Amino acid sequence: MSLLSVKDLHIHFHTRNGLVKAVNGVNFELNKGETLGIVGESGSGKTVCCYSLLGLLPSPPARIESGSASFEGKDLLHMPEEELRDIRGNRIAMIFQDPMTSLNPYMKLGAQLIEPLTIHSDISKDEARKRAIAAMQEVGIPEPERRIDCYPHEFSGGMRQRVMIAMALVTEPDILIADEPTTALDVTVQAQILDLIKKLQDKHDIAVIFISHDLGVIAGCADKIIVMHQGDIVESGTTDEIFYKTSHDYTKKLLNAIPTSGKPAAASLDTNKGQEPFFSIDQLQTNYDIRDGSFFGNGKKEIHKAVDNVSLELVEGETLGLVGESGCGKSTIAKSIMRLVNISSGKITLDGKTISSLEGEELKRARGDFQMVFQDPYASLNPRMTVYDSLAEALNTQSNIDKSALLDRVVNLMTDVGLPAQAIRKYPHEFSGGQRQRIAIARALALQPRLLIADEPVSALDVTIQAQILDLLLKLIQKYRITMIFISHDLSVVRYLTDRTAVMYQGKIVEYGETEEIFNKPKHKYTQALLSAIPIADPDKERSRERIIFSPE
Amino acid sequence: MSGSEEQATIKDLDSVESGTSLWQDAWNRLKKNRLAMFGLCVVSFMIIIALLTPWIAPYSYFEQNLDLGATPPDADHWLGTDTLGRDLLTRIMYGSRISLMVGFLATAVALTIGVLWGTVSGFFGGRVDAFMMRTVDILYALPFTIFIILLMVVFGRNILLLFMAIGAVEWLTMARIVRGQVLSIRQQEYIDAAITMGLPKAQIMWRHVIPNTLGTIIIYATLTIPNVILLESFLSFLGLGVQPPQSSWGLLISYGVETMEEYPWLLFFPALVLSLTLFSLNFLGDGLRDALDPKASRD
Repeated sequence: MSLLSVKDLHIHFHTRNGLVKAVNGVNFELNKGETLGIVGESGSGKTVCCYSLLGLLPSPPARIESGSASFEGKDLLHMPEEELRDIRGNRIAMIFQDPMTSLNPYMKLGAQLIEPLTIHSDISKDEARKRAIAAMQEVGIPEPERRIDCYPHEFSGGMRQRVMIAMALVTEPDILIADEPTTALDVTVQAQILDLIKKLQDKHDIAVIFISHDLGVIAGCADKIIVMHQGDIVESGTTDEIFYKTSHDYTKKLLNAIPTSGKPAAASLDTNKGQEPFFSIDQLQTNYDIRDGSFFGNGKKEIHKAVDNVSLELVEGETLGLVGESGCGKSTIAKSIMRLVNISSGKITLDGKTISSLEGEELKRARGDFQMVFQDPYASLNPRMTVYDSLAEALNTQSNIDKSALLDRVVNLMTDVGLPAQAIRKYPHEFSGGQRQRIAIARALALQPRLLIADEPVSALDVTIQAQILDLLLKLIQKYRITMIFISHDLSVVRYLTDRTAVMYQGKIVEYGETEEIFNKPKHKYTQALLSAIPIADPDKERSRERIIFSPE
Repeated sequence: MSGSEEQATIKDLDSVESGTSLWQDAWNRLKKNRLAMFGLCVVSFMIIIALLTPWIAPYSYFEQNLDLGATPPDADHWLGTDTLGRDLLTRIMYGSRISLMVGFLATAVALTIGVLWGTVSGFFGGRVDAFMMRTVDILYALPFTIFIILLMVVFGRNILLLFMAIGAVEWLTMARIVRGQVLSIRQQEYIDAAITMGLPKAQIMWRHVIPNTLGTIIIYATLTIPNVILLESFLSFLGLGVQPPQSSWGLLISYGVETMEEYPWLLFFPALVLSLTLFSLNFLGDGLRDALDPKASRD
């Protein structure tokens, strides 16, 4: 008998806006020590499915319509709450997506680790503490005796996720449900966490349900996979079957959506070395003052060098990729160029004009030449303005256009980004994430910029949508001959899109050169570590390769 | 898909399918909330009556009929008369003019000052913010009743002064609430986007910041109105509000209390009308909060 078997599970959400069939007949079996990967895009029902096993669904609106889930022969779905509590956290544990919010900020780590132990078994406080320390040691937290008395905010994201894992494993569960446990983490940290889960699984013979949207991550760790799409299982099988003998169209679409090779040949550009730079950053330094906000302003002042002496040059029409992990300063460079933050020193020139020293009206007029596409399409559009209003406002900023010409221009922009012109009266919330990002791109293009900065423009989108948006960006910058700086933490995307790449680490550029060269022959240790950490959507390669670990001296 | 083809289909904006704005969404949700709609109906009814009072009032509000004295409700005087023989219904109707006017006007004053103050403070941040908010803190520290009494002593009793005085106190909370909202909206990427387009600051505040705080502002305003009406009643009760023969609900209640044992209707009816109005406004405010809260649309 398998450890966990889910049969024909149907879950519906009865909302004010009608019925949503979140899960439609899901079946799977999980044996001891096995890893099941559940893949799907947002809204595919993968999380809902697992939450139902632990009775975590908000009800109403959620309702389990039919089906069964038996854990060692006991029905999880119709179990009384008390019995379920015994299983939850004790036999089946869970790791959540965001380590920043899943730990209680007001409780010491030790207390949070000891809690599940004292609830599920009657061991003494001292014994529990010892086991908590052992668990922390096991997940690779240095000096656990000291750090057990720390608060969560004293830990980095990766460290917090380690604590979450320690918390999940401290009761020695049989099943671990990991809901996108590495999505909020940087690639190098992700690699470490994945290795850790794998190691602990082998050691304790735990069954793992691994939920992810990232096929690369799944490829490396799952024994079998189910692919979900809009509540249905579209394909299931062993990992090798899914990757090498793909049968369903949707799975193929998911696999093809991952950019694997270099930039399309037609898009490549001769970066003539002798050419005058069209855009240049010269020894840019941007500091953030960390000071207390006292009224009289005599608080202590600390300086954090977010961007430290960075120089870059771009020829016209070139696309530069800027990669690095969170906090490395890549977004600060974007904000410095856009004049959203004040730079401390250095010079930024665009087409012979020094944009870093413009002020007042001059700056306002020049702003049309450099535009930005933001990361989060849900936050970058004013929710109270129609698409027409947003685009018309952008068009009107730099020049006054009469009403009929304005309409033509808006319609043109909509066509450019592949949206139906009939939708211009709609509001942002009536569009999907991908469509919103198209609107944001249209708005940036409205001012006919010469330089476009795209700050992680696809990281908030599903993989299949990502590919569409990237192709659109590529098409548009070629059409209008726009120079682009593309910021991303996703190296495969950068490789797909850019001519040259700059790798950033702690405010500095550590490597800078032709994209293909950097990806094929990375020179700097950090670049090597970064590249080796990217999960590859190919189970054979993923299982066999070795990771390089970068440790700054 | 070619550009010219698309353009041919659109001649003017009116031929385009229109979307539902967040406001329409909220209105649709509000319509489904029976309690809030009841509140809205009652409040609208009160306002219409108050506006039409000079034409529809059955009696004069100041003419006394000492022969009549205080009579309980009957066919001629539906809600009875007071000790001076004045019709209570008429006096409540005239009182509603003052009470509602104070409620709405003082709230409008509070709204205007509070929203502007809060928006500027939150948007510019830094020292401007610190200065403006410390000002609010200092004003907060003044005892309200003494402030009003001082105003009355210096400028004399004046209904306009009452609006100003109440508005001048209520805007403080409004400014704080708006500032908090603006601080979080200021972090949104669409504000950065507006700056990078080169929009003037005033336009950014007017088109991008304020519309997104309006939800909170409306909710708070509907909850401020009953507060203000109550405040006026309280001041009138203390003898600091409007003067007889003019009436307000607070004044009527205050007289009603004096003769509570002999003529209970003089207290009962004004208190009933006041309570009904306050309940209605609160229901409406609660309904608006549910309707405008974006989280409600997600479930």
